[in-house]
Amino acid sequence: MSCERCQERPAVVHLTEIINNKKRTIHLCEQCAREVQAENFGLIPQMNLHNFLAGLFSNQIASPFSTPVEQGEKCPSCGLSEGQFAQSGLLGCGDCYRQFGERLDTVFRRIHGTSRHTGKVPERTGGKVKLSKDIERLKTRLREVIGREEFEEAAKLRDQIRIMEKQLAGEGD
Amino acid sequence: MSIRETVNNVHSHWMDAKGPESEVIVSSRVRVARNLSSMPFSHLLSDSDAREIIHSVMLATDHCDFREQVGNLELTEMSELTPVERQILVEKHLISPDLLENYIKKAVVLREDEVISIMVNEEDHLRLQCLLPGLQLKEAWDLINKLDDGLEKTLEFAYHENLGYLTACPTNVGTGLRASVMLHLPGLVLINRIRDVLGLVSKLGLAVRGLYGEGTEASGNLFQISNQVTLGQTEEDIINSLISVAGQIAASERAAREALIRERREHIEDRVGRAYGLLSHARIMTSEEAVRLLSDLRLGVSLKMIDFIPANLVTELMVMIRPAFLVKKAGKDISSFARDVMRAGLIREKLTGVRD
Repeated sequence: MSCERCQERPAVVHLTEIINNKKRTIHLCEQCAREVQAENFGLIPQMNLHNFLAGLFSNQIASPFSTPVEQGEKCPSCGLSEGQFAQSGLLGCGDCYRQFGERLDTVFRRIHGTSRHTGKVPERTGGKVKLSKDIERLKTRLREVIGREEFEEAAKLRDQIRIMEKQLAGEGD
Repeated sequence: MSIRETVNNVHSHWMDAKGPESEVIVSSRVRVARNLSSMPFSHLLSDSDAREIIHSVMLATDHCDFREQVGNLELTEMSELTPVERQILVEKHLISPDLLENYIKKAVVLREDEVISIMVNEEDHLRLQCLLPGLQLKEAWDLINKLDDGLEKTLEFAYHENLGYLTACPTNVGTGLRASVMLHLPGLVLINRIRDVLGLVSKLGLAVRGLYGEGTEASGNLFQISNQVTLGQTEEDIINSLISVAGQIAASERAAREALIRERREHIEDRVGRAYGLLSHARIMTSEEAVRLLSDLRLGVSLKMIDFIPANLVTELMVMIRPAFLVKKAGKDISSFARDVMRAGLIREKLTGVRD
């Protein structure tokens, strides 16, 4: 077995940590073990942060004490399950934020006191975000007018959506 | 400066002891987290996804417009470096310890002057960092903002209309911005006021940490203060409130030093003198002892009790005495006792060098 830290020298020191009743063993070579001890690199506190976050989230789902990894909804894009997030405190991809949106809102409010960004908007991506939001809105209206059989209006909307979708694709190049 | 020079030389621009408030505020750091919208976050990346991200960052930083705006940046994969060299980058504060784990998938981009670094495939795909001496948070944010704009021309970042920049950990979402200052506070420690001050800081929603970031202990009276909240405030608000808190702490530290000089001058001079004596004559020195004594020496230098030692040398020594630098200098793995001997020798050599 090679050292988990430098991944070069053989692991000879096996450190076992028990945090929140979870056992974790770290395999290190002699030099890294010394350095980890000497420098006290925040291996343990980092886990604490994630555990702590996971706690905030797992309060929301059925059983706070046992969260099986496969439990709960899964993100369709990356496959991360609620249970996995509750264990690691890390989300899997940008789409997870949409997938677990409502429940995460509470987490954001507890950490940041709010759930709304007011800072920088990226120039290029920001424009696209706005455009795709507008397209979504028009599509909803399109379904409404089709439902009311207002086909003239529907055709106008369809053309407008096509133009905007082209714009969106064009900007992506 | 190439990556070879970076790992062979201790000096980095942030150690220059220039810039406002530099007698108390050692350095200012701003980092932002960014992720590519098309990929899962770092901890779920396959080897080939990770390679693809490294490749796109290389292309983005190689672009001629980007070079014109931000400067020449060099990308180095972590696997190109030896374990000791990787550790040196941590000791110089250019990368985080996280970049050492699973390093096969990771890379670092450095600007020649080491002021700007980009960690690739850390907890987030990109962590842009700017490190400057003294209290220069605004300057650091301006540089990061420009770097971010430059990268966004070719890379598409994960961004949500309400939540802002999306990050692997929900504690970074929104601005993705973490600003911090490293403060040297021996005065407040000596007059026993450090707890009050740091307590106040945490009540203001700021985090206090030791020298090497998250979870490390404060050694050498060095404290790192950073913002906790990344969502709901603008980048400028975050930066400005940290500037104001750092400025106030620096003012209390200066007041503490003045009070010490007024009321306990001999004690302080004795302390500084003893530190200098030990540092310039000891033959065996552990890193804890060296850090403690260098803190006293730094205090003496900033109070002008010792005028022949430049402040930047003290900061450089703080980094030079770390294990990885000593191993690199020795050219081979050495025992901790051999390191203690070498450390004492190195400090002696540097301190007598400036005297002559």
